[in-house]
Amino acid sequence: MKPVDFDHTVPETLDAAIGALEAGGEVRLLGGGQSLGPMLNLRLARPARLVDVGGLDDLRSATATDEHVEIGAGVTHADIEDGAVPDPIPGMLPYVASGIAYRAVRNRGTLGGSLCHADPAADWISVMTALDARVVTAASDGGREIDMFTFMPGAYRTALAPGELVRAVRVPRFSEGAVWGYHKTCRKVGEFAIAIGVFVADPAKAYCRVVFGAAAGAPLVSPTLASLIAETGQVPDLAAIERGLDTLDPTLSEVKARQLAVALRRAVAGAIE
Amino acid sequence: MPASISMIIGRHRGDVNTGIGARIRRKEDRRLLNGQAKFVGDLRFPRQWEAAFVRSPVAHGRIVGITKPELLAHRVFTSDDLSDVLPIRAESSLPTYKVSDQNPLAKDKVRFVGECIAICIAPTRAEAEDVAESVGVDIEPLPPLVDARAAMETGAALVHESWGDNLFLTTEFDGDIEAARATAAIVVKRKYDTARQCMVPMEGKGTLAMWDERADQLVVYTSTQVPHLIRTGIAQCLQMDQGRIRVIAPEVGGGFGYKCVLQPEEITVSWVAKATGRPIRWTEDRREHLVAGANTRQHHYTITAYADARGRILGLDAEIIVDVGAYSVWPFTACLEAAQAGGNLPGPYALDAYRCKTYSVATNKPSFTPYRGVARPGVCFAMELTVDAIARAAGREPSTVRKENLVAADRMPYTNVTGKFYDSGDYRQGVVEAEKAIDLHGFRLRQKAAAAEGRFLGIGFSSFTEQSAHGTKVFSAWGLPLVPGYEQAMVKITPSGSVEVRSGNHSFGQGLETTLAQVASEWLTVDTDRITVTMGDTGVTPYSTGAYASRGMVMAGGAVSKAAEVLAKRVRTHAAHLLQCRPEDVRLDGGRAVHRGGSVSFAEIARAWYLRPDQLPDDVDTAGLEVTEGYRPDIDTGVFTYATHAAVVEVDVQTGLVNVEDYAIFEDCGTRVNPMVLEGQAYGGAAQGIGTALFEEVLYDCNGQPMTSTLADYVLPGPIELPRFQLRHKETLSPYTRHGIKGIGEGAAIAPGGAIVNAINDALRPLGAELTEIPATPEKVLAAVMAAERTQGVKE
Ligand SMILES: Cc1cc2nc3c(=O)[nH]c(=O)nc-3n(C[C@H](O)[C@H](O)[C@H](O)COP(=O)(O)OP(=O)(O)OC[C@H]3O[C@@H](n4cnc5c(N)ncnc54)[C@H](O)[C@@H]3O)c2cc1C
Repeated sequence: MKPVDFDHTVPETLDAAIGALEAGGEVRLLGGGQSLGPMLNLRLARPARLVDVGGLDDLRSATATDEHVEIGAGVTHADIEDGAVPDPIPGMLPYVASGIAYRAVRNRGTLGGSLCHADPAADWISVMTALDARVVTAASDGGREIDMFTFMPGAYRTALAPGELVRAVRVPRFSEGAVWGYHKTCRKVGEFAIAIGVFVADPAKAYCRVVFGAAAGAPLVSPTLASLIAETGQVPDLAAIERGLDTLDPTLSEVKARQLAVALRRAVAGAIE
Repeated sequence: MPASISMIIGRHRGDVNTGIGARIRRKEDRRLLNGQAKFVGDLRFPRQWEAAFVRSPVAHGRIVGITKPELLAHRVFTSDDLSDVLPIRAESSLPTYKVSDQNPLAKDKVRFVGECIAICIAPTRAEAEDVAESVGVDIEPLPPLVDARAAMETGAALVHESWGDNLFLTTEFDGDIEAARATAAIVVKRKYDTARQCMVPMEGKGTLAMWDERADQLVVYTSTQVPHLIRTGIAQCLQMDQGRIRVIAPEVGGGFGYKCVLQPEEITVSWVAKATGRPIRWTEDRREHLVAGANTRQHHYTITAYADARGRILGLDAEIIVDVGAYSVWPFTACLEAAQAGGNLPGPYALDAYRCKTYSVATNKPSFTPYRGVARPGVCFAMELTVDAIARAAGREPSTVRKENLVAADRMPYTNVTGKFYDSGDYRQGVVEAEKAIDLHGFRLRQKAAAAEGRFLGIGFSSFTEQSAHGTKVFSAWGLPLVPGYEQAMVKITPSGSVEVRSGNHSFGQGLETTLAQVASEWLTVDTDRITVTMGDTGVTPYSTGAYASRGMVMAGGAVSKAAEVLAKRVRTHAAHLLQCRPEDVRLDGGRAVHRGGSVSFAEIARAWYLRPDQLPDDVDTAGLEVTEGYRPDIDTGVFTYATHAAVVEVDVQTGLVNVEDYAIFEDCGTRVNPMVLEGQAYGGAAQGIGTALFEEVLYDCNGQPMTSTLADYVLPGPIELPRFQLRHKETLSPYTRHGIKGIGEGAAIAPGGAIVNAINDALRPLGAELTEIPATPEKVLAAVMAAERTQGVKE
């Protein structure tokens, strides 16, 4: 299990990185390497060149305004776990980060790499979807902002164009009264999830979102369940959640639907009970 | 008395307490823990190249053509190149057994995903993989046989066309169960399934072969448990004299059975090294392991048990299907598993009526290889779930029903319904000890309280016997082409008075290096720090069939003991010359030979023999201070360790997750040569058993493609998933072995499936849900809960 022969470039600036991306040939960005590394070894990724942005300062900063917190794509799960970035919704990001893999992986794995790998079972894609975050990209023509629905059209797919990279993730700031719940069901501590449930509600902003993660593709968002919870202020029973889920994806097996429903129920209970 | 001999007061043996029973640290751990051990992957020789294999991408197909890349053709070898190599062929003396021929590189047909088709060599592994990618393989797909039950149907595709069906062997143990059937108040019928598994040793397979011009020998460094057997196997396939081959097992990072059979890669790499004159190395990577090494544990059971109203088992009627995969491994055959399964299903129970049919079925999967516990994790799971199902039907506490059915101590030695000779022990007391350790009574109260809070706790027990060190008769009854006999060992005093032990067995994590030294220390009273144990090299060790079947401690331990005993006698004789007394008046103590107030050290004795023979009389025993002895126990039917495991679990009936809260192990393996080593074996075995019970499962799609080819998909338990194990021991010495030792290496891996799933079923009982397969993944647990919900209309 050895990768194909490739070149390894370490650009010193964001512009140099973009330049290297555009140089042509089969080029891949390397963040922390925690997903790409295995793909390389399995020869599922066969780049001619790796552009290593893992240490790029431009991607490792985090800034905050009144409206949002912007977290660089190169910020690691460990940075977030340790509270080294501003907190857009009290305690949620460090909590989620601490449940990703184990510390050695968190020390290297990055927020941007995780989103770009777009594994349906990964934590950040579901969480960022629940927080209505936007992906900020950079490219030779400047870059753009992409909402999470557009960013991840399906399993292991993103809306990034050739030559475009993720520079940061912009997370809206929530009010003091916002509540959140996150539940990840997994067989082993720190493994990828079997089922993820995320619930975020910010009454002051009339915001309420319900997300199921680790289904077949991109996270499933249920406005119906969100309004039900917002209206009743209650944790819905499993049958109601399973019905809501069925309208989102009727192909889920009964067992999978139950696992997702339970994860969501626990997430909601954690937030409002 | 010569002046060089000091006159000191002899020390008591208590000062050197590294003999049998001593709880000392392992000799091998310093290098292992400091990363100084040298595995095949650490070896490097001048001009060495690396190998990569082209492996079959399909489960079943006809090879239409193989195209070598034009410029690199000389770096690629296929079965056409290896035309002088004989296939791996394990004959069996069992009537009607069908023999499979496995060409080390596939010829004409491929029969499982991952089967070797070509070997490619290059200076580095990455380059060798590049070459492998450029080999074109044209395969015409054939219908894959992914399920053993489907492979048994008439009209199924054939793995080996010439056979006419897919059965390696069918056996029948045709006991009379009519009386049991007629009188039974309780009849329990179940189907049980155990998943296919990989053994996942820390170090995978690995082989490095080269020609040694000076010795005129092919030298094969290989990660194996059985170096002497591998020499025989390579010699057979390469048609060489065994004297022209030396097999060296260097440090081996775990075996578990995975490395007790002849590997196609060992033959291929050897052939290429011989043909090219270059040292060639191949190291298995994790993906190769999870694909081509998915070779064990998969059984399907159909069982009907008859019991009286109190749960006393009257008879057992069983059918066992073993999913053998494509070929028979050498030398253990395709049927060792089924033979052990059929013979061991009744386990430690005193039942009188037994009927069992076994089917060893060929499928398009890697070849079945015996894994720690061989068949018994499966049969123990099936039997223990049956016992609990009977107890539930009788409305009684399962552990009580279990005890009543176990062979009673006053019936020992006991020959069971399949003819197994249980030499000693108190099986029922084993359950009592486990009940105490896990606090059965307290648990039942706790369980009630938890139920009131809507929590589902359960307790499960699992008992078994472990036949260890099976001897000649047992293996020949299983039809094996090679049968172990006397195990040999050499023990010698070096010129400086330290001790060398040589054994053809091998130590690959199980601590044998230390425990063999302890056995030698027992006789010679020399500290184990001054005893060097050399194993695993056919060039320098006496013949041994190797380390498998929990035989190392009993067999190699026995051989070392016998050789050390003879050597101790010689030491006393030599010492008697120096001490001017009679040999029978000399005793060994603390590494010295003592006679009354006088003593000589081993160094002095050795010096006299090796360097100053003028100090010895002319009629000295010229056999010297080096002894090779052969040993086998007084009986050759194996000695039986027995154990009971008990587990407490909490089942999350919403997610299907199972948490093992408490786990107790009671075991009796006779003399504990080193209690700490034994505990290590118990922890490691139980951890693997928990993998079997809850996590590990090779999954295939309908084309026979493995879907669990990385460790992200093939889930192993980690430290956090394991409970704190409580261990309890008893020592019932075997009357038939040296020092009363029984084997224990495999034991703890056998029972967790039964104990944990019994506990899960105990927890799920209020819901009316029952699980009958392992691993008990969250999906399976949840499916059982949801099925029960549907039938009972209960929903929270
Ligand atoms: C044992 C293990 C357990 C894990 N468990 C979990 C878990 O429980 N939950 C979870 O969510 N994840 C888990 N992961 C994945 C981990 O979170 C990875 O860190 C993450 O998926 C990828 O981040 P990375 O920085 O390592 O990216 P890389 O592996 O370097 O790259 C991943 C992909 O993103 C691309 N990429 C990287 N950076 C950028 C960028 N700035 N712009 C555009 N594309 C980019 C790469 O080209 C590549 O395609 C686990 C990983 C391991 C090894």
